[in-house]
Amino acid sequence: MATILELRNVTRSFDSKVVLDDVSITIEQGSFTALLGASGCGKSTSLRIMAGLDRPTSGEVLLGGSDVSEQTAYERNVAMVFQSYALYPHLTVAQNIALPLTMRHLTPVRRLPLVGAVMPGTGKARQTIMDKVHEAAEMLGLDQLLNSKPGQLSGGQKQRVALGRALVRDPSLFLLDEPLSNLDARLRVRMRSEISALHRKTGKAFVYVTHDQTEAMAMADQIVVMIGGKVAQSGPPRELYEHPANRAVAAFVGHNAINFLEPGDGIDMGESVVGLRPEDLAPSESGALLARLESAEYLGSEIVLSLRGAKGAEIRAIAPGDFAVPATGSEIRLGYAPEKLHLFDADTGFRRERAA
Amino acid sequence: MKQSLRSRILPLILLILGAAFILLPFVWMLSLSLKPQDEIFTTTISLLPSAIEWSNYTFALTETDIPLFLWNGLVMVTGILFFQILFAVPCAYALAQRRFAGRDVLFGLVVAALLVPFHVTAIPIFLGFAQIGILNTMWALILPFIQTAFGIFLFRQFFAQLPTDLFDAARGDGLSETAIVWRIAFPLALPASTAFAIFSVTAHWNDLFWPLIATTDPSLATPPRGILYFRDQESGDNVGPLMAAAVIVTAPLVVAFLLAQRKFIQGLAAGGLKG
Repeated sequence: MATILELRNVTRSFDSKVVLDDVSITIEQGSFTALLGASGCGKSTSLRIMAGLDRPTSGEVLLGGSDVSEQTAYERNVAMVFQSYALYPHLTVAQNIALPLTMRHLTPVRRLPLVGAVMPGTGKARQTIMDKVHEAAEMLGLDQLLNSKPGQLSGGQKQRVALGRALVRDPSLFLLDEPLSNLDARLRVRMRSEISALHRKTGKAFVYVTHDQTEAMAMADQIVVMIGGKVAQSGPPRELYEHPANRAVAAFVGHNAINFLEPGDGIDMGESVVGLRPEDLAPSESGALLARLESAEYLGSEIVLSLRGAKGAEIRAIAPGDFAVPATGSEIRLGYAPEKLHLFDADTGFRRERAA
Repeated sequence: MKQSLRSRILPLILLILGAAFILLPFVWMLSLSLKPQDEIFTTTISLLPSAIEWSNYTFALTETDIPLFLWNGLVMVTGILFFQILFAVPCAYALAQRRFAGRDVLFGLVVAALLVPFHVTAIPIFLGFAQIGILNTMWALILPFIQTAFGIFLFRQFFAQLPTDLFDAARGDGLSETAIVWRIAFPLALPASTAFAIFSVTAHWNDLFWPLIATTDPSLATPPRGILYFRDQESGDNVGPLMAAAVIVTAPLVVAFLLAQRKFIQGLAAGGLKG
């Protein structure tokens, strides 16, 4: 696959505060990349630098192989969707979607009211624009709303309009900045699949900023985990889940928070800290790990057990839904497959491969 | 319910008294303008005319230059407002949404300029206009007011509240900064514009000071200046038409304010200047 966009050793500092520290990210043509990280980790700044709304302090931004550091967002022809949607409140849905095309296809004189309308060719250009708007609106199910103002729309509809505005421009790259975080949980799941569908339909590269690892895992084919202004790890979701490069990534990725067991907590692997995901740890008659039950959350398909290890470490395990939960305070044996253990250096937090 | 009614009575009475106090001259003006000549100078005070007398208005509109004064006033306030908006809106946008060196100092200067009364600069401006020979022209009435620190301040406060994302989105959509100002920022600032327009129009429509200094040509007189000529001509014995003229001059503003009242208050509240 060809590379469409590349950040090469990008550093960005505001006054003396370093927000991005030597960040390198590669986006493949047609890929769906998620920039994942907690707030303040620099993921939005990375996106703004990709968009051309911000400039790196040092480093290069390559779009299609050429340096675009000095180009504006418009010249790069990348489309950005904002968390706040950033729809123009005084324009209708149709006008919102049409604006980027109006700016591209109509000269300043043609854009003028009255004067522009009587110039030959303006009507035809406007017709082309409206055709494209209708096409995008149909794709997103907005046909009925074209004459509404953004103030009359629901959150999900506003998000669709924002996507539509990005879509009509036929950009080389879509940049989405936490597009779903202002929606309620149910709508978020639906918009998630709609965005995935849009990605497949357009075949363009998407870069998606989120702090929600579920979104990243569900949608992306490449996840870039950012921590403290640096790229902690990047790779396919499975790679991140199965081989986290360090403790922080292991803690960030995965639906259930991973257990960390210090030496002496029950699983001894030399000096290393042991990471073990709750879903890889279940009650078992012959289990090697002994822990005291503190509470159990029944979720139907599974039961989340909170336990204490020998030295007081908090351990979470997942039992099948039909597991008979013993009384709180009783000792439970937990079993795991040895290959599911992740070892991390106690000092640096980096992953250690086991000597097989 | 009774309690709340009682607690509202006192403020209500005070408000009515205050309103009556402020309105009395206007009501008196209106009353005089509708009275026949002989009824104006009676010794008894009666608020209502015995018969409505329209001839004062006919006289003011046909026998005097009032229509010309109104026209001059309209040209002047429209010209002033047009240039004020043309300059203040881009300045305010730059101060609110652009980052450049010295921005805060510049905004500080704008705020400082709010404190300088026009009368301080009137004499230098007069001398300058005399030098370039534009006294006694319409431009002399318009030019001194086209920069407005108040306008810049009001619009800046409004633009500073608009989300930055909106302008970033517009940049991404290919709008130049100038296009953003006029296509995005200005339409959104409609409440602020309305509030500003009322301030500007009221101040300049009613201004007597500068037209009195800068123009001597009666054909350039604005309404307040014109009423002065009017009084001189009639030596004060023709009060009816004079009052009718005053009503005619005041009415446009009152009507405009009533029509735009809601927008006006919205604009002030949104501009962070709660009135």
